[in-house]
Amino acid sequence: MEEKRIDFYPTHRHGEFKLRPGRPFPYGATLVPGGVNFSVMSRSATACTLVLFEKGENQPLAEIPFPDSFRIGNVWCMVVFDLDAEGIEYGYRMDGPFNPQSGHRFDRNVVLLDPCAKAISGRDVWGREPDWSRPFPHRGRLVFEDFDWEDDRPLELPLEDLVIYEMHVRGFTRHPSSGARHPGTFAAIREKIPYLKDLGVNCVELMPIYEFDEFENSRRHPETGQMLYNYWGYSTVGFFAPKTGFAATGRLGMQVDELKTLVKELHRQGLEVMLDVVFNHTAEGNEKGPTISFRGLDNQTYYMLTPEGYYYNFSGCGNTLNCNNPIVRNMVLDCLRYWASEYHIDGFRFDLAAILGRDPSGAPLPNPPLLESIAYDPILGKCKLIAEAWDAGGLYQVGSFPAYGRWAEWNGKYRDDLRKWLKGEPGLAAAVAQRVQGSPDLYGWNGRGPTASIDFITCHDGFTLYDLVAYDGKHNEANGEGNRDGSDDNNSWNCGCEGESADPDVNALRRRQIKNAWALLMLSHGVPMVLSGDEMGHTQRGNNNAYCQDSEISWIDWDRLEHNPDLHRFARAMTAFRHAHPVLRSRDHVRNQDFVGSGLADITWHGTQAWKPDWSGSSRALAWMLCGRHAKGGTVQDNTLYAAASTYWEPLDFELPRPPEGRAWHVAVNTGMPSPEDIFAPGQEPRLENQSRFLVGPRSVVVLIAK
Amino acid sequence: MEIKIRQDGEVAVAVVSGEIDSKTAGAAQAELLPLIEKSGKTVLDLKQVTFMSSAGLRMLLLLYRQATARDGRVALVGLSDEVRDTMSMTGFLKFFLVADTVEAGKSALA
Repeated sequence: MEEKRIDFYPTHRHGEFKLRPGRPFPYGATLVPGGVNFSVMSRSATACTLVLFEKGENQPLAEIPFPDSFRIGNVWCMVVFDLDAEGIEYGYRMDGPFNPQSGHRFDRNVVLLDPCAKAISGRDVWGREPDWSRPFPHRGRLVFEDFDWEDDRPLELPLEDLVIYEMHVRGFTRHPSSGARHPGTFAAIREKIPYLKDLGVNCVELMPIYEFDEFENSRRHPETGQMLYNYWGYSTVGFFAPKTGFAATGRLGMQVDELKTLVKELHRQGLEVMLDVVFNHTAEGNEKGPTISFRGLDNQTYYMLTPEGYYYNFSGCGNTLNCNNPIVRNMVLDCLRYWASEYHIDGFRFDLAAILGRDPSGAPLPNPPLLESIAYDPILGKCKLIAEAWDAGGLYQVGSFPAYGRWAEWNGKYRDDLRKWLKGEPGLAAAVAQRVQGSPDLYGWNGRGPTASIDFITCHDGFTLYDLVAYDGKHNEANGEGNRDGSDDNNSWNCGCEGESADPDVNALRRRQIKNAWALLMLSHGVPMVLSGDEMGHTQRGNNNAYCQDSEISWIDWDRLEHNPDLHRFARAMTAFRHAHPVLRSRDHVRNQDFVGSGLADITWHGTQAWKPDWSGSSRALAWMLCGRHAKGGTVQDNTLYAAASTYWEPLDFELPRPPEGRAWHVAVNTGMPSPEDIFAPGQEPRLENQSRFLVGPRSVVVLIAK
Repeated sequence: MEIKIRQDGEVAVAVVSGEIDSKTAGAAQAELLPLIEKSGKTVLDLKQVTFMSSAGLRMLLLLYRQATARDGRVALVGLSDEVRDTMSMTGFLKFFLVADTVEAGKSALA
């Protein structure tokens, strides 16, 4: 047999356990022939003990101190033979000084979670109240890395061709109306792949799926008694482990296989998978928070500390991960590489990424080593990298995030300008013109191109699209904080009535506004991202900060599909329109010139008069024409498109530029018309009778196609 | 965990009963692997399996791979709904021929 060819036998004993010196790499617990290699590092610990539990037991099965000879530098490594890989949980005790002023908070009474644990038990079934008396609540588990990917690998779709669908793993299918066999799980997303394909999105961005504790700061609403959770999970317990409670098979310890099976199937159906990753802080909070892992392993290394030894709080969550410490930097890199190689993840969206560019004292770095290392890493060489380019400490880097030719950004300016435009603020035409051409004002000066801009109007943070047009203000009472939480800066407009309305005019306007938003997003250069549920008018009843709502407020109600078939139809068709027209998916910014000899510049600007855009402070109308022969830098042929957007409350008569020679304008989209006249399938677009003028309805978007 | 093996024409039929978890998977593998290595076609009847952990599923997958490497074939019979569901969600199911009864398993291998 193969294993006999290699002399890999125990050399040491501890009681009944057979040991040998381990290998430092890889960190964490790794199955090796006949045993498990445990490797853990700490700069300032003086000794380390491996603590083994039988699954679920309160008392350890064994405590095995690492023999002195098993330490290499600051790394303790040991192979333990004949362990039941499925039935074991593990952690570490670290000896060392407790001296917060110098940054050390060692406590050998606490069993610590391995920061590299690849699976974590303790919250195996979502929302099941934990036994609070249980020592060592989050425990490392061993993982088999034998998943058969067959021929799968990340899809490497061009960034400009993506339509990103941001979703919460649980919220997407938890509602009974989802019809899923195992609601709220990875497996249930797999059941919904046909729906996602039909909608036309080709990338799902999963809100945090690294192990987190839904019971962190959990509490009951003081008035309603409703249980409030850490539902979103922007608070990592372990960076290498998927959230066990998101897997239907989590109670069997098979969450790794379930998630990989989901990724493999999404890939097979043409959808990429992006993870929302939170490297700016951990679930340990400040000095009053629990010691789970990092604090007890090497506090001084993992956290940004004030000179007095307190925690800097650039995350707004109590602590700040010390990302530009070389050890932490390596951990972040190892983590990303692990998810890219072991889970075939296509890309990452970095929460509060501006923090990743701060030095250990919090000062912004001009050339942050972590961001550079990620950008140049070979294993991550084809991954999409997207920054939320701001943090809670006031660093706002939209347009200036250190990109190294790789990083894209959540374009907060896009969101703000489009929202203001939609609600009818005057003077936005020039700004919106920048946004729909991929924000060259932000990303043109340094050659980053439109794909640096992740265009979005809504995301998990803030109103849903439906609520954006149904509420002027937030209604977060259900969060139990007296409506003080959540942003007040929503740029929303309720269309004349706060909340649900029986007024048909109000409702018609809301539907139109939703379609306007979806249309402008799909017409824009850059990379569109939509929020899950927006395509069916999902409402959070005015809650713009549903971080704690594991409830009908946040769960997607699939019955909305039946109530809002026109919204879903429009969203689907508009997404298909984007995929059908490469002229909308440019890799480079427009040049405002004709570089293929078509007689038309790649983009031209218009207003109610052709060739005369109104950039004035009172303008509420904007039109532009994209020359089809310039599609993708002139490498492919497309129809010439003309888009007109008005946020004026009366109809506006737009004079049309002439279509290219031998072509005529046909109506592809007109949000001013009721369904199904609001959007036409390819080939079904009616020819425009009057080729020189078009009456654009109040607050409407029109798209004409020349053919 | 108990395994009874019979030869049924050119097909070997192994009837497994009890729990297959990390404590019994090794023993099951030790009995089933030689069978699969010498028989071209094997039906594993799991109707009387009351619990199957990930170690059990991994053992089945190992058998499947060993069989495939020898141009042999394996069919699984009598999976409970729960085991079948777990195998489906974790990606194991697609590697196997699955049938409801031993007879159906035999014809699937034919």
